[in-house]
This record gives sequence, C-alpha cells and structure tokens, in this order.
Amino acid sequence: MASQAPVTNSIGLALNDYKGAVSTLCAGCGHDAITGQIVRAFFQRGVDPQRVAKFSGIGCSSKTPAYFLNRAHGINSVHGRMPSVATGALLANRELIGIGVSGDGDTASIGMGQFVHMVRRNVPLIYIIENNGVYGLTKGQFSATADMGSTLKTGVVNDLPPVDLCSLAIELGASFVARSFSGDPKQLAALLEAAIAHKGTAVLDVISPCVTFNNHEGSTKSYTYAKQHEIPLHEIGFVPAYEAIETDYEPGETQIVEMHDGSKITLKKLERDYDPSDRLGALTTLRQTRDEGLFLTGLFYVNPEQEDFTTMLKLHETPLAHLQEEALRPGPEVLSAIMQGLA
Amino acid sequence: MTVSVQPEAKLSKQEPLVNDFSIEVATVNGSGSQSANNILMRAIFQMGIPVSGKNLFPSNIAGLPTWFTIRANHNGYIARKADSEIVIAMNPETLQADVQKLRPGAVLIYNSDLKVTVDRDDLTVLAVPFGKLATEACSEVKLRKLVTNMVYVGVVAQILGIDMAEVEKAVQRQFKGKEKAVELNLGAVKVGAAWAQENVSAAIPYRLERMDATKGKIIIEGNRAAAIGCLFGGCTVVAWYPITPSSSLCENLIGYLSKHRVKDGKASFAVVQAEDELASAGMVVGAGWAGARAMTATSGPGISLMAEFVGYAYFTEIPGVFFDVQRTGPSTGLPTRTMQGDLLSLHTLSHGDTRHPVLIPGTPQEAYEDAMHSFDLAERLQTPVFVAMDLDLGMNNWMTEPFTYPEKGFDRGKVLDAEALDQVAEFARYQEVDGDGIPYRTLPGTPHPKAAYFTRGSGHDAHARYSERPEDYTFIVDRLARKLYMARVMVPQPVVDWRDAEITLLAYGTSDAAVLEARDQLAEQGIATNYVRVRALPLHPDVHDRIAQSSRVYVVDQNRDGQMLELLRLDLYADQITKLRSIRHYNGLPLDALTVTKGVLEMENA
Repeated sequence: MASQAPVTNSIGLALNDYKGAVSTLCAGCGHDAITGQIVRAFFQRGVDPQRVAKFSGIGCSSKTPAYFLNRAHGINSVHGRMPSVATGALLANRELIGIGVSGDGDTASIGMGQFVHMVRRNVPLIYIIENNGVYGLTKGQFSATADMGSTLKTGVVNDLPPVDLCSLAIELGASFVARSFSGDPKQLAALLEAAIAHKGTAVLDVISPCVTFNNHEGSTKSYTYAKQHEIPLHEIGFVPAYEAIETDYEPGETQIVEMHDGSKITLKKLERDYDPSDRLGALTTLRQTRDEGLFLTGLFYVNPEQEDFTTMLKLHETPLAHLQEEALRPGPEVLSAIMQGLA
Repeated sequence: MTVSVQPEAKLSKQEPLVNDFSIEVATVNGSGSQSANNILMRAIFQMGIPVSGKNLFPSNIAGLPTWFTIRANHNGYIARKADSEIVIAMNPETLQADVQKLRPGAVLIYNSDLKVTVDRDDLTVLAVPFGKLATEACSEVKLRKLVTNMVYVGVVAQILGIDMAEVEKAVQRQFKGKEKAVELNLGAVKVGAAWAQENVSAAIPYRLERMDATKGKIIIEGNRAAAIGCLFGGCTVVAWYPITPSSSLCENLIGYLSKHRVKDGKASFAVVQAEDELASAGMVVGAGWAGARAMTATSGPGISLMAEFVGYAYFTEIPGVFFDVQRTGPSTGLPTRTMQGDLLSLHTLSHGDTRHPVLIPGTPQEAYEDAMHSFDLAERLQTPVFVAMDLDLGMNNWMTEPFTYPEKGFDRGKVLDAEALDQVAEFARYQEVDGDGIPYRTLPGTPHPKAAYFTRGSGHDAHARYSERPEDYTFIVDRLARKLYMARVMVPQPVVDWRDAEITLLAYGTSDAAVLEARDQLAEQGIATNYVRVRALPLHPDVHDRIAQSSRVYVVDQNRDGQMLELLRLDLYADQITKLRSIRHYNGLPLDALTVTKGVLEMENA
C-alpha cells in the first residue's frame, strides 16, 4: 500500500486549515486552480495562516482571496489600488506575510501606476497576476495584456500590443519575477513556495484562462493555446531550509538559488542555458521568445539579496501597529524644547 | 444712516500712530526676501508688540510678483488688513499699482534706481538708493541681491523705531550658526539704518514702541503646529504626495519624527512619498486596517483623487487621518491662495451615502490639538477623519500661546486582541454590540482562530460575509449613520462667546481672527454680537441651541457658495433656517475684519 500524504504539516495543521470559502467563479476557471496551489503551497511551507494578510483589487481574480486561507485577514480593496493598501498594511505590521492577487485589468490597466511603484519599492509581497487577457466581471472586453491579433468571442480583433508585465517588472528593478500557467500545477507550486521564501516583491504572472470569455480559438490565453505553446525555461524545484538538497544533480545542468531563509530553488536546465540573476539577459530572452510567438514560463529573474522596503525604512522590531503610547508620544521635555525654539 | 467703518482713519498729523499699522513688502518671487521679512516680523515680536505675517505669493518659483504683509497691532488683532500704511515697493513690475492703492498719508519706500516718478503728493515718499547701499554693504556681486532686502530692514527699523538690538537678535536667529551670513546681513541692516538716519527728514506718522504683549508667546505656521500634533498623537505611518499648500505639514512632520522617534537606529514610523494621492490614501487605509495610526496631508485636488478610498474606508470602517490644507479651487485654481472651499466635499466625500467627521481648527493651537485628537477619533469611530485647514492657517505666521502637553492618553478604540477574543462568545466584525453604532475589530496577524475576517467594499453582513440582501445592507448603513450621530458629541465643541445679543456671528477656521476684530468694530458702532465658532462636522448640538437662542445669525464663509450656510440649512429645522444670513469672502486672500463688519452693517441697516 502506498504511503499516504501527511495529514498535518510542520506546524500541525491540515490542508483543510488553509482553505477558504467556496469559490463563486465559473466552473473550470483557471483562477480556482491557482487558488488550489496557493492553499497547497502555504500548507507545504507550514506557514501560520494567522500571520498572513491577503490583498486584492477588483475583478474576478480579486475575489479569490476569499477562497483560500480563511484563518488569515483579507482585504478586497479598490480597483487597481491593492499595492498601496498592501504597502500601508505591511509597513504597519512588518511581521505579516503578504499575498496579493490581482488580474491583468487590475494590474496592467487601472493599476499600472501602483504596480510600477510597488515593484520599485520592493514591498515584501507575493504579487500574483491571474492573467487571462480579458475583463471577465464586465463580460469580456480586451485587457491590456491581450496579444495583438487575438480575438474576442465576438470576433473583434485586438489591434494593440500587449503589456508584458514580466519584462516591465524586470526593467523596474524587481527582485523576483516569474511566469507560470494555471494548467501547470507542478511548476506553479514550486514557484509559489519560492515566492513565500522571498523577502521582497515576488511578481508571479500566471496565465489563467477565462473559460467563459477567452477560451476560444483565436485567443492566445486559452487552455489549448497555452498548452500547445508553453515552453518552460527550466524544471523548477523547491527545497525547504530543513531539508538537505539531493546530490544527483549534474553540475552545469542545475542552478541553485539560495533564498533568504536558507531554502533553495533548483532550476534544472531544459533546452537553453539561462541565468536568472542576469537582468539584461532575462529581458532579451523575454523579448526574443515573445517575437517568436512562444509562451515562455519559469523563474525569469531573482535576487534574494535585494533590500526590501521595510528593511530599507529601518523599522522598529515591534510592528508599528503594536507600538503604544510609551513608544509613540515623546515626553513633555520634547514639547517644551520645540516650543522654546519657536519663541 | 451712514456708518463709518474705518476705525484706523483717525490719523492725526501731529501724533504718530503707535503699534497699529501694516507693512507691506512688494518684491519679485525668488528674490530671497523671506529672510528679511521674517527678521522684521521677529524684531517687532521681540519688542513685545503683537504681530502677524502673511505671505501673499504666486504659483511660481521665480519672477512673479509677491507680497508679504506684517501687521503690528497693540490690541492683538492678527487678521489680514485690507490695506497697508507702509509699503516697501521693490518690484518694478507692480510699483505703479502698489503706489496707486496706497491710502493718503501712507509711507512709500521704493528703489530710487528704478527711475520712476511717483505722482502722488499725499504720501511720505522715501526713495532709497538700494543698489548703492547694497554695494556699500557687500563686496561680492553674487550676494548683493540678497543683501538688498536687508537694507530695507534697516531703513524700516530706523524710521519706525525698531530697537536695533532686537533686529540683531532676529538676524542671529535667522542665520543661526552661520557667522558669515550674520555678519553680512547685519552689516546691510546697519547701512540701511544709517542711510535713513541721515536722509529721512520727513516726520513719519507711524511708530513702534515697546509693549509687553508677546512674552511667552511663539510664532508658528499651522502646518508646523499640525505636524507637532501628529508627532505627539502617535502617528506611525505617513503617506503623502507633495501639493501646495500642504507639503510643509508632512515635511515638518518628517523632520520631527526623524529627530524624536528614532531609537538605536530604529524608527517607530514609516514615511512614504507616494506616487499620487490615490496611493497615499490607499497606504493610509492599508495601515489603518492593520492597526497603525496613519495620516496623509493634501489639498483640494488630492482630496478629489482620494474620494474612492475614503468611501471605501467609510463603508469598511477603517480609521485614517486626512489633512486638507485648502487652497482656492476649483481645479488648479489659485494654488497659492487661501479658501474654505472643500467643506461640503470633505463632509460628504465619495459616492453613495457617506458622511465624515471634519475637524476645523481656527488657530495653530487648535491645529496641534485637532491633529492629536484626530487619531483618537479615527480609531474610536473606525472611520476616516478629516482635518480641514487652509493655506492661511497652514503657511502663514501666527502668534500664539505655546502648546500644552496632552493630559489625556491615546484612545485606540475597540480592538479585540487574542486575549479579548478568548473572552467573547463570537466575533462579528460589523455587528452592533454596544448600541453606539461602533463595532469591534481585530487586527491582521492576531494569533487567534476567531480573529480573521474578510474586508470588502462590496455588500457585507454583520459577520463580514459577502451579502446583497436588502436587510443586511440597510443594517450596515443605518449603523454607520448612528455612528456619525454619536460623533456629534465626540468632535470638539463650538467656541462660544455669548453676550445675550440678538445677533450671532457664526464662523469657522481662519475666519476667527477677522471675526474677533469685526466684533470690536461692531461694538464701537453700538452693535453687540454673540460669537459661535464651529469647530467640527457633524455639527455639535450646541450649535443648534445657540442658533435657536439668536434672532439673526451671520454665517461667515470664505467661499462663494456659503458652504457652512448650506450645511446648516441641511441640519436645522425650517423655522431656524430663516435666521441665517450670509457673509462670503472668496478672492483668494485671507479674510479681513472690515469685510465682516461691513457685511453685518449693510444687512442690519437694509
């Protein structure tokens, strides 16, 4: 008899303890598959869900934080403005583990400004874009990530070039940028575990087909198209800090990225040589594969050493939200000194 | 009946007017006159004479005309006065206009290098060779322009009788620690004074004489006062986007936080200069949700951008403090001029049924207190709280008593921590528990299985679950209305001076200084007045009571549409509304007393 998966994780919680409310999205929605992987990744990593804060903007994708980790506080905020809400909350409490879920409309159109500045600041947040190239909640308009020449269900052709959020993030100085596919659970699981281990903004652009409005022939964000065109850069593995790394990797064939917490990402070479610490190389590869019409997935860029925003601000060890009057109100002598300076 | 409303027109040819006049300096923006004007004002202040300074500046870095007015007044009046007795005309562009507007008997000091003729014989005209004097005071060509301004300080000090020792003290204060600058500027002051001593033979009809009315007082801008309030109010997250006239509030606050709230290299605060006001509002909301005391400061255009987040925070019940240092709108408007223009929009900001508490300080002392109090109020009520200041309060110099240290500690509101959650049978985020409209909240990260809830701007029930049920929606919004009703007695009470008069003057914010002076002017005309100064929205019940006790109520607004008047109309019973009369001032300049006095007299005599 095959051994059963452990019922509980390292902190004694079961997979069910990481679940949320029942999804109200369409049956077969790519977003639900991502939700499933988020649940699994947090369970696998043994993260206390009570330390997690969930963030989202507006759209189908932004509803999903209600569907995972119901022991964590969540905030479904304003369209395109989740990065600012997350920034404020993570500054207020530096001990929170932040995960944000956004969509292509929420990030690449209305929220472009906030996305850009969150990446610039390297706010410690897992930032998932559930990217389907279409506005689902308003019933099927193109988004800014729709490929040129792709069509709507009605036959309308998209004449504008897409925003490539991964290239943009790398250009802006992001510290962790990956692309995956909701139909590739193994890769997505490893990337999510790596993102949890990362201290800084982890941008995960996940192609997540919209079964209702953008899964037809002519769409470049459909299951069929993604499955046929996906080219993984490497085979990604994640090794927690407490586990020893397997030794059967052939030198030159597998790169190992050591994360802040001692865990490791393993990147086993597939067809091409790729160095995820080379920012310029990443940009070139992304541009070239896009021009070739390939749908490249993988960990495009990572720098675990890049200083995150809370570290940069030299915040007090105690979360700002927990500091009380003794720490926050200077004494009367400070007020009199200020007053004397104005007399 | 004709009524004279020019109490300062009692000028006698023989006796100089002592400690009751305004000095106006007309210069070019960017010419560095600010230091000179501050020194002049400080020197008068140090002589014990009540003084105020107002900077009437353009939206421009350099080149456009700018005016600085210094008012000395033995009665302690600190409102702007519509005209000035002494004008220092340094700007060739505006010189003719500056001369034309002068009252008969005024003193004109101008630069004789400008080669203009002054065709008025009812003025005392001092043509000062500023170029020559600046050369005398300073050998370095580069610095001469700056030094020129110090020459007029010397001239004015000499002709008005400002104690040179006080000028020296003020110069040292201005250039603290920069010995060379002190020496150079003081030298220029002396050159100006010596010139005036030798060349001014005309009797100057104005004089400054030592008093004892400023002892222990301070001079401060409202933005700095509010920043001090935020420091002592325990603000921990500052998210801002620069905009005139609010920027100096955050800049001062950053200075104070860096100095007083860093220990062993660790900061008990976070400051973010955001990408726009949408983001600064979002950061305040996020930080408030997570339990920090967060603030932002902006002006009208920023308030417009924050509207969506403010409605969100209202409906999801997240605390946050929003300072609005109002300027003249709409749109870009007159960005460096003052207005009480955002009152209506602040109180009702965002879509749907929304109402927000708005604190309205009228003095730097109140700006300090309101800033501190706003964090308590926001956390107690779990809602966005506005502090409505204006450019006049925020950026001008106000003489005031020094601030007192707060007696009351923080009020962090209804927060359930893990221990408290153990004691309750159930935690429902949006439930009415205490009958005051205010629910309980938990903070993200609370280590307790009951703590988590999901915050959403869409419909929700008492348990924070998604809901579109009509009864759930009305339950939530009716409770929110109850909460705001409770807020009426939690916001600052009106400031009332009651004389059992028929007439009541009702004003708010920076109209205070002008109204106080106008009441004295009206009293001289035999008209007694009560005074009610509204300190906050929603309107305190005492405002209603005072109106009920009055026959006629003059509502003073610094906006075109009478925004306070409109709010009163919404709040009052029909039989009270007919008592309201409106005095409105909206030209971008701070309100002056005569506008109020004339307004009352015209309507009383109509």
